[in-house]
Amino acid sequence: MCQKLKPTDVISKLPYAKPFLFVDELTFLSENKAEGNFHFLPELDFYKGHFKDNPVTPGVILTECMAQIGLVSLGIYLLSDSENIKNLKIGLTSTEIEFLKPVYPDEKVQVLSEKIYFRFNKLKCKVQMLDSENDVVCRGSIAGMILNN
Amino acid sequence: MIKMTDQDIISRLKHIVKPYVQREIGMQDFNKQTDFLKDLEINSANLVDVVLDVEDEFGIEVDNDSMQGMLRVGDAVNIINNKKSIQ
Repeated sequence: MCQKLKPTDVISKLPYAKPFLFVDELTFLSENKAEGNFHFLPELDFYKGHFKDNPVTPGVILTECMAQIGLVSLGIYLLSDSENIKNLKIGLTSTEIEFLKPVYPDEKVQVLSEKIYFRFNKLKCKVQMLDSENDVVCRGSIAGMILNN
Repeated sequence: MIKMTDQDIISRLKHIVKPYVQREIGMQDFNKQTDFLKDLEINSANLVDVVLDVEDEFGIEVDNDSMQGMLRVGDAVNIINNKKSIQ
């Protein structure tokens, strides 16, 4: 059995690229937890339209950011000593998120994720996002399935 | 301990699956032939939650092979009876 991946190796295995990569750093990964951060640069394309003359980060993007750090990165880490890591695919199956505070351009957010369970190829996590003032901006639960090719 | 009848198990199963059912009409005739995915339109990801709830409710652990064979209510009844009999 080989070793678990390091956080930097997990980032390189993420199946996303710009402009849809919402992970800058993974700061902590274990069997039960994942932590990471992302800086929402003001140049990001969606700010042009959400909203007109009033840029605010869309809730779906915040959800995506929490899924990439909290669910997919953790999933890759958990499966990093298994054989199917090379062509790993994770499909989002459910989200239940509440949004508490707007995230404006240039904000650096931190995502904290805790595994609720990983059974029968389904990973479900409790996630929350904090802004630079350490206020919770959104939180909830996200689940996905590891897809067999 | 008094042995559970299949009917007891079925009525407890009906209670467990309720929050995940998308096709309500499938609940009207809930029996061993009822197919979780086709008759109740429970999505396959939520079927995992059904199994986890079954584990808690009946105090058993369901393995991967059993999970994959759990297509109908009758399959679940058999799994529960088998696990209970070896406890």
